[in-house]
Amino acid sequence: MSEASLYFIQQLVNGLTIGSTYALIAIGYTMVYGIIGMINFAHGEIYMIGAYTALIAITGLATLGVSWLPLILIVALVCAVIVSSAMGWAVERAAYRPVRGRHRLIPLISAIGMSIFLQNYVHLAQGSRNIGFPLMIQGGFDFGGDDTFRGSISYMQMTIFVTTLICMTALSLFISRSRIGRACRAVSQDLGMANLLGIDTNRIIAATFVIGAALAAVAGLLLGMYYGSIDPLFGFIAGLKAFTAAVLGGIGSIPGAMLGGLILGVSESMTSGYISGAYKDVVSFGLLILILLFKPTGLLGKPEVEKI
Amino acid sequence: MLEVQNLSMRFGGLLAVDQVSLDVNEHEIVAIIGPNGAGKTTVFNCMSGFYKPTGGKILFQGKEIQGTPDYKISRLGLVRTFQHVRLFSRMTVVENLLVAQHRHLNTNLLSGILNTPNYREKEQKSLDRAAYWLDRVGLTDMANREAGNLAYGQQRRLEIARCMVTEPRLLMLDEPAAGLNPAETKDLNRLIISLKEDYNVSVVLIEHDMSLVMDISDRINVINQGRPLASGTPDEIRRNDDVIKAYLGEA
Amino acid sequence: MIANNLKHALFCAVITLVISYPILGFNLVARGVDITLTGADATTLVMVALAALIVFGFQLFRDRIVGTITDITRPGFGTHKEPMEENRRARIESWVLTGILVLALFWPFFVSRGSVDLATLVLIYIMLALGLNVVVGLAGLLDLGYVAFYAVGAYTFALLSEYLGVSFWMALPIGALLAALFGLLLGFPVLRLRGDYLAIVTLGFGEIIRILLNNMTNLTGGPNGIGGIPEPTLFGMEFGRRVKEEGNTSFHETFGIAYSSEHKVIFLYLIALVLAVITALVIRRLMRMPVGRAWEALREDEIAAKSLGLSRTAVKLSAFTIGAFFAGFAGTVFASKQGFISPESFVFLESAIILAIVVLGGMGSQMGVILAAIAVTILPELAREFSEYRMLIFGAAMVLMMVWRPQGLMPMRRIHIELKKQE
Repeated sequence: MSEASLYFIQQLVNGLTIGSTYALIAIGYTMVYGIIGMINFAHGEIYMIGAYTALIAITGLATLGVSWLPLILIVALVCAVIVSSAMGWAVERAAYRPVRGRHRLIPLISAIGMSIFLQNYVHLAQGSRNIGFPLMIQGGFDFGGDDTFRGSISYMQMTIFVTTLICMTALSLFISRSRIGRACRAVSQDLGMANLLGIDTNRIIAATFVIGAALAAVAGLLLGMYYGSIDPLFGFIAGLKAFTAAVLGGIGSIPGAMLGGLILGVSESMTSGYISGAYKDVVSFGLLILILLFKPTGLLGKPEVEKI
Repeated sequence: MLEVQNLSMRFGGLLAVDQVSLDVNEHEIVAIIGPNGAGKTTVFNCMSGFYKPTGGKILFQGKEIQGTPDYKISRLGLVRTFQHVRLFSRMTVVENLLVAQHRHLNTNLLSGILNTPNYREKEQKSLDRAAYWLDRVGLTDMANREAGNLAYGQQRRLEIARCMVTEPRLLMLDEPAAGLNPAETKDLNRLIISLKEDYNVSVVLIEHDMSLVMDISDRINVINQGRPLASGTPDEIRRNDDVIKAYLGEA
Repeated sequence: MIANNLKHALFCAVITLVISYPILGFNLVARGVDITLTGADATTLVMVALAALIVFGFQLFRDRIVGTITDITRPGFGTHKEPMEENRRARIESWVLTGILVLALFWPFFVSRGSVDLATLVLIYIMLALGLNVVVGLAGLLDLGYVAFYAVGAYTFALLSEYLGVSFWMALPIGALLAALFGLLLGFPVLRLRGDYLAIVTLGFGEIIRILLNNMTNLTGGPNGIGGIPEPTLFGMEFGRRVKEEGNTSFHETFGIAYSSEHKVIFLYLIALVLAVITALVIRRLMRMPVGRAWEALREDEIAAKSLGLSRTAVKLSAFTIGAFFAGFAGTVFASKQGFISPESFVFLESAIILAIVVLGGMGSQMGVILAAIAVTILPELAREFSEYRMLIFGAAMVLMMVWRPQGLMPMRRIHIELKKQE
């Protein structure tokens, strides 16, 4: 294979890696939007808190002398999921439920306030500097190239793919099979009607926040390990990216969020690879603006009919 | 003055309105009736430019207007009310009426900021017109209340007044009597007739209240399941077998 | 009922522990490459336990507590006075405002340089918040990239003075107009979007502008910013010790007084004061004009507004452009005050602070917004030891305001319009 095509494939792999984590975070946006029609601005912060919790768990285990990698990872994952889910639940309860159904600006501003609050909560507790995240899964295998350039997939990237795949499958099964999943779909179709039919909509809405937060926590652990460092602000940009992914795929649609995440990840890594890393955010925000302007329903979203 | 020819509106696979035609002459009150879900409001939405019809023509004073954006249609003198009252609820009653006259006003920012005599004169004119219509619908005492705090019947009247200050040629009322008590409905009756008689405005209305429709309409169009069923004077409609069947069938 | 409440309260308390203990209870400390974990001090742990207890108590007696709070925050609580006659109140109001203005004019001559400097900053925030109030409070368009227009104003002045030697007074209208032009260009495509999408797009736009400023190093100096931005002159008189530009004279020599660096600070303050007053008056006037009413109508009910002949695009654009114009105004003053600008000053946080000011003051209410701008800028300075909690408190305050008092601390009062009686 020529070096140029190897380079391209490498960018593609990197893009799909990042993209699949965006997809994990995007699920949280898209589910919440699908059900109560609001942008959960604080979702990026919940992801960031997941990453911090995982790091605290990993460091704690290391201090205790645990060195068996699978155990460390599982404990870190469980801790992150628990804390983030609790956070997701609390945020919904404290900041969103009381303002549900009011003028559309009000929940949005409340969400922005929550986002600022959580950012500074972690900032005050853990400091504003970025902290190194141990690179626990190292190595990888090469898929071609010579001495000047090697295309490779790291084991970390593979871990990300596999974990994302497992989470997505589990989510799809959960939504289509479980009682809560079915109720979720009912509520997103028609909240008022679901209420009349005896579904406890408050619980279902809380459940979507918890599910979204749990997936974000998984993404937090994965991306923390992948990038090798975290800081209190890193949830904000990742949140925006994930939101872009959700919109790109069609907000409210879960397969859309997955597709959107992958497309966004690839277009970012291509920008980094071929233009300049400094402009990758410009490309994703530009993409967001273009999609909203020309196809606001996204790739897989359903058109909304305005009613009088 | 208004002519709707073979209007059709399709939403995805659903044909909500199919080949509906109707016309309104100067100085006339025309009613559109039909069972729930017959497509009456959809016809209205096409006429007021809120939807772009998928087929047919709408002519207003000889000009085709189908697909013209809603705000332009109302500037032609074709103004509507809504099934569920749509007021600017956190603005006062007078302000609601002033907003409606926006296009009558000189919108030049500078003359407004400098408060030129010309600007003041125009502003005063629209205030006078607002005051006149408030008096006409009996809301003068409420002038500085927030519109959202009015009683339902008052909100209905305010909505009609808000249309009238724009000095329309044709007024479209979507279920104006919904939620009103019998006394209020009677007042509304008189108001609508007076709009026609005293202000030379033609009226198209959608209504379920048959007594109101039969009392004030010059002509009636019946729509059933998106298709035209009958049209004629109130007496003709009263005797029309198809209409009776459609209504009995529904009940 | 009690058992149910108890269960719920216990659950909430446990959740509180789960979300606070891991984050607050352990500190990650980086030592070189290694990271170690230290337990937090006893006070923090006590606080965490206390927080859980408070949540437990609150949830247990929730109904009673919420009832009391609703009473307190109900509009009109504690004001059992008869409503004052309209024109009498207006007269008193204008006297009070004039008094405050006169005080604001003479006050800087008697206080320290630092206070005047801070006051100038407050005035800049007042301009920004008044401008954003048009966009968010009146027109109901949530603009999260407002800081971009502020940046346009500031960078316009900085670049014009660096490359073309344009003075403050020339740059002031150019900066504002250019910001307005940006508002127009951005607004034209995006204003069709629904509220929450608009928020995200403007946020993205703000970030794009900042990233561009950061990376177009040749033009903007990148992260290093642009320095040496001149101060305003007074009829060609400069405020520096030595005259920089030929043909100018210096202020202290002209008036034969000793040079003092305070003159410059006070002069800037006065300029900011005049501009802020102009901003407030112009917007106040706009609110009473057809265009102001159209903004609010569109916020209240877009469909009804369109059915009455208001063009959605035109009305929204006017709000967006006017908001951007005043941000450009403020940006120029800011650049001149600092003498140095960099992308650091135009981050999203800044947009969030301005938004917080508008929300806390009361969307649409000018007086509320002005008071909130003063409070938000000065309080962290007064309580230095708490200044690191500033953003935490802002965030919490925004949430609490939305939950309990969305109309703000000083809600907008409707304009009373006297009608002539119909004969």
